[in-house]
Amino acid sequence: MDSFGLLLGGLEAAATPENLMYAAIGVLLGTFVGVLPGIGPAMAVALLLPVTFGLEPTSAFIMFAGIYYGGMYGGSTTSILLNTPGESASVMTAIEGNQMAKKGRAAQALATAAIGSFVAGTIGTLLVVFFTPPLAEVAVKIGAPSYFAIMLLALVMTTSVLGSSRLRGFLSLFLGLTIGLVGLDLNTGQPRLSLGTTQLADRIDIVVVAVGIFALGEALWVAAHLRRQPVRVTPVGRPWMGRSDWSRSWKPWLRGTAFGFPFGAIPAGGAEIPTFLSYVTERRLARDPEEFGHGAIEGVAGPEAANNASAAGMFVPMLALGVPVTATASVMLAALTGYGITPGPQLLSDESDLVWTLLASLLIGNTLLLVLNLPLAPLWAKLLRIPRPQLYAGILFFACLGAYATNQDPFDVFLLLLFGLLGLAMRRFGLPVLPLILGVILGPLMETKLREALTISDGDLSGLFDEPLAVAVYVLIALILVAPLVLRRIRPHPDTPAAEVARARAEQDDERVER
Amino acid sequence: MTTTTHREAPEQAPDRDLAQLGLAAVAVLVGAYTVYDATTLTVGFADPVGPRIFPYVIGAGLVLLGVLLAVAALRGDRPQAEEGEDVDLTAPADWLTVARLVGVIGVTILTVDLLGWAISGALLFIGSTWTLGSRTLVRDVIVGIVLAVASWYAFYSGLGIPLSPGVLDGVL
Repeated sequence: MDSFGLLLGGLEAAATPENLMYAAIGVLLGTFVGVLPGIGPAMAVALLLPVTFGLEPTSAFIMFAGIYYGGMYGGSTTSILLNTPGESASVMTAIEGNQMAKKGRAAQALATAAIGSFVAGTIGTLLVVFFTPPLAEVAVKIGAPSYFAIMLLALVMTTSVLGSSRLRGFLSLFLGLTIGLVGLDLNTGQPRLSLGTTQLADRIDIVVVAVGIFALGEALWVAAHLRRQPVRVTPVGRPWMGRSDWSRSWKPWLRGTAFGFPFGAIPAGGAEIPTFLSYVTERRLARDPEEFGHGAIEGVAGPEAANNASAAGMFVPMLALGVPVTATASVMLAALTGYGITPGPQLLSDESDLVWTLLASLLIGNTLLLVLNLPLAPLWAKLLRIPRPQLYAGILFFACLGAYATNQDPFDVFLLLLFGLLGLAMRRFGLPVLPLILGVILGPLMETKLREALTISDGDLSGLFDEPLAVAVYVLIALILVAPLVLRRIRPHPDTPAAEVARARAEQDDERVER
Repeated sequence: MTTTTHREAPEQAPDRDLAQLGLAAVAVLVGAYTVYDATTLTVGFADPVGPRIFPYVIGAGLVLLGVLLAVAALRGDRPQAEEGEDVDLTAPADWLTVARLVGVIGVTILTVDLLGWAISGALLFIGSTWTLGSRTLVRDVIVGIVLAVASWYAFYSGLGIPLSPGVLDGVL
């Protein structure tokens, strides 16, 4: 168990008073931003990136860990108290948790969400520690052709599995790839798509893209469709759980963790499918399935655990392969790159200290989340009452501040505005955001690997297929692309989790309209 | 892409969503320009792929997807607009508010070097709250100034990043 020795070393490095302070600040900031309606974990990390500019990498990543888990936790608070899931992974929590809140059991719902997140996050992080080093060891031996194929697989999976329209998914992906092209060519140093400006030749900062698409796009979209009625927030006291709540929660936590982690680690797995699977499983196993839909605590405990376990699983491909599989992972990977650290299979050997400190600080951040946030829940709930004009003006303010701070150049704010308008258009036209962000990050990496592979084979295309792993991955990609077409022939209405989630969501909306 | 004109409630929506043609046109134009831009690059030695292939593939793909989207839109394929916590899709879209916000950010871009972040940032916050329908002007002005000045100091002394002081150079 060499990994655990290294993890202990990481814990030692992360547990200095200074780093503990950064972890605590990260947790509080992350929760603060995550509780604010309309902001998910990816946007929270993107908005808060500039805060870490002046810090050294270790401290910055300790803060990210806190921001990330904090943002996830904040999202469940919104779902339970407002019945408004900020992202598809919180839909199940919103369905069951809000029913609990309406019955006066908001405190128990928040508690099982928080403790379940802690359990799942801790187990998930330990699994990351367990899985990442062996995978990285294998990954170091992967050649450029296979590496190219794996990144292609990540793109194809996120683009064609998620979302309702594959056409719009691929459009989003290609827009992202185009953005990734802008800047000096990596080999020859010629500017591409720079329109003659020096700022564009310098490559577009991923912070500007992410904040523009996530934060500004969202704020503009909300501005166009602002719900004018006042919101109703369920009042909440200090979270606590009774004896029966505990006995009903612990198994769903563990089962949810088991669902969430593997899905988090694969591209396009995300948290949507495992949270749904966990919810369905709990309903099937429950002593009283009738209670589901009317506030069953198992329906909050399981999906929340699955959500956090998948959040931890995301770190495996990110740290072992340098391949981000979620929007949040791509923003964090971009931050890595900003520190001059090259993501990829060598990360674990080159930056061993940083990685182990990061993993250790995930554990610390998770614990702090529980210690700080259970008592603070009533305070967080108050945040939900912030008037919407001030809230979205604040998001605009911090988005512009972040973009401006990257280079102290107003041109970046202009770019931010352009990406904000793109983000607005994407929301209006139903284009998913994740393929675009992954395209921006993975596009240049893929080009590097492709050129590397073809240089070795002297331009012969067979160079892309001379590794068995690459061939296997291409077969998998072909299957993913063809399978839905075949399935549609066989079954006219595939009962996918996404469809099921959409149906549950629609029912909920109907109910809201009736009220 | 900002030429979207109407957005009715789902019940009374027209058969086709032709605003999508605008997005399709943008995709085709950007794709075509990407391909053109790639033709201006020179291929170096010892690099059989060169800097052109990727832009060719991506640009061509974008053109193709744009055309496909246009065809889909004409055949009645409708997008699923994104829902959200504060989003009410049953009401018609309020593009005027969006345009005003874009204007407010535009003012920030133009003035931030001259006036400095402390002033431009405050104006940004105040302008945005007003545009979004807040009528508590005094409070918003105070909050805006506090936010902007505090963030300037936080970046300057806390993170060592000097944001533009502008006309307040020496005062802050």
